[in-house]
Amino acid sequence: MLKLLNTILIGLSTGAIYSLMSISLVLVWRSTRVVNFAQAGQAVFSTYIAYEVSLRTGNFWLALLCAVLSGALLGAFIDFFFMRMLFKHVTSGPIRAIAPVVATLGLLGIIRSAVGYIWGVEVKPLEPPVSTDGIRIGSEVLPFSTYDALILLIVFVVLMILTFIFQRTSLGLSLKASAFSPEISRLSGVRVDLTRTVGWAIAGACGAIAGVLATPTSLLSPNSLDILLVFGFVAAVIGGLESMLGAVVGGILLGLGVTFIANYVGSTLVFLSAFVFLIIVLLVKPAGIISGKRSRNA
Amino acid sequence: MSLIIRNLTVDHGAIRAINNLSFIVEKRRLTAVIGANGAGKSTLLRTLSGLNPATSGKASWGDHNLLKGKAEKHVRNGVSHVSEGKSVIPELTVEENLDLGALWRGSRKESEATKKYVLELFPRLGERLKQRADTLSGGERQMLAIGRSLMAKPDLLLLDEPSLGLAPLVVEQIFQTIRDVVNSSSVTVLLVEQNAMGALKIADIGVVLNLGKIAAIGPAADLIADPAIRAAYLGF
Repeated sequence: MLKLLNTILIGLSTGAIYSLMSISLVLVWRSTRVVNFAQAGQAVFSTYIAYEVSLRTGNFWLALLCAVLSGALLGAFIDFFFMRMLFKHVTSGPIRAIAPVVATLGLLGIIRSAVGYIWGVEVKPLEPPVSTDGIRIGSEVLPFSTYDALILLIVFVVLMILTFIFQRTSLGLSLKASAFSPEISRLSGVRVDLTRTVGWAIAGACGAIAGVLATPTSLLSPNSLDILLVFGFVAAVIGGLESMLGAVVGGILLGLGVTFIANYVGSTLVFLSAFVFLIIVLLVKPAGIISGKRSRNA
Repeated sequence: MSLIIRNLTVDHGAIRAINNLSFIVEKRRLTAVIGANGAGKSTLLRTLSGLNPATSGKASWGDHNLLKGKAEKHVRNGVSHVSEGKSVIPELTVEENLDLGALWRGSRKESEATKKYVLELFPRLGERLKQRADTLSGGERQMLAIGRSLMAKPDLLLLDEPSLGLAPLVVEQIFQTIRDVVNSSSVTVLLVEQNAMGALKIADIGVVLNLGKIAAIGPAADLIADPAIRAAYLGF
C-alpha cells in the first residue's frame, strides 16, 4: 500500500517535469511547425546558468530565476536569428519540413559544445533548496521527498501562470491565433513574427524550469538533459502534439507509467518502457490522447 | 481619402494575375469588383492588404503606400481585409475571434464599444459568444469574419467573396448588412464577388475585371442596365 502511494507520488513529480519539457516542445511545434531538438541544449545551458548562480550565491530561487530568464532569452535568440532566416528562404515543400529539424539538431550540437567549452565536461552538482531525502512517516521513510513535493508545487504554479496567460491575456490570444492561423492573425493586425519569438521565449523558459528541477537529483553535464528531451517528446506525442493540456496529461501519464515499471518491474526497463507506452498509445489512439477538434485550444 | 490604384501589375509565378490595372475607389462608397474565376479579383485584394507582393505599379490609401510593409501594418493604417472563405479561426471562440480584430488597438474600453456595435449588426453572434467558431453555420462564420475586421474600426474594408458557398437568403442578408455598414458609417468598401448581380445591386460603383484588366467600369446601375455586361457577366 505504501509502495503504491510512493509510486504514485514519485510518478507525479517525475511526470510534472516531463510535462514542462513537453509543453516547451508543443509550444514551438504548434506555432512554427519545428520539432525543436535544440530544447535539450537550451535547457542544459539554462541549468548551467542556474549552477553558476547557485555556486556563487547559494540561492536556489535566484538560480531558478536566472535560468528562466536565460532560457527565455536563448529561445527568443534562436527564433530571431536562426528560424526567421531559415523560413525566409524556404517557405514550402519537403525542405520546409526537414530544414528546421536539421537546424535544431545542429544547434543542439553547438550549444552542447559551447557549454562543454565553458564549464568543462565533468559532471556538476546543483544544490537543491530543500531535502531530497525521503519524508518520514512514523517509522517508515518514503522515497518521496520534500524536494519532490516542491517540484509538484512549482510545476503547478507554472501551469497556473501559463493557463492565465493563454486564457485571459491579449498575449495569450495572439499566441494562439498566430499558431492556428498566421494569415488571419496578420490580417487582424497581430505582429505574428514578434508573437512567435515570444512563444519561443516562453517555451525556452519552460524548458529551463524542467532542466533545473530535474538536475538536483542527478548531475549536470552537457548532455545530461537529453533523456529528458526524449521523455518530453514521448509525452508530447502521447498528448497529441497540439495542445498544452495534452502535453501535461501526456507527461503525467508517462511519469506514472515509467515509475510503476521502475518500482514493480525493474529500473533497467524504464527507457524501453517509455517507448512501449508510446507505441501502445499510437496504436490505440494514433492522434494522441488529447486530439480531435477540441484539442488545439486546450 | 480614396483608394488609388495606378498601373498595378501582379505576377503569380508565370501567370500575370493583374495586368496594368488603374482605378480609383472613392471614399464612403461601395465599389464592387466582379468577374469570372481567375480574373484576378482575390489577387487584387491580397496585394492591397500586403499578403501578396506586387510586381509593379502603385496603390495607396490616403498617404499610405499599400505596396509597402506587412499586412499587420496596413490594419494599423485603417485597411482591413476579410480574405476568401469565411476567414475566422475555427479553434477560437466567437468572442476570441472578435477580440483578435481589436487587439492591436490596445484599449479594452474602446474595443468593447466596437464589439457592442458589431453585435448590434450581427445579433446572432451575440448569442454564440462562448462557442467555438467551428460550431457556427457558414453564414454565421461569414458574419464573424466581417465582424472581426470591423473590430479594427477600418476606414477601408476589403471583402473577398462574402457570398461564397452560402444559401441565397443568407447571401441577401449579408449583402444588406454590408450596405447598411456603408450607409451608417464612414467606411469605404471594396467588394470582390463572383455573385455579380447581388454585388452590383448593393454597390455604388462596379468594376468588371477580365484576365487582370478592366473590362468595364461605371455606376453599378448602369452596368446592370448594359446589355453586353448582362449577357457576359450577369447571365441574362
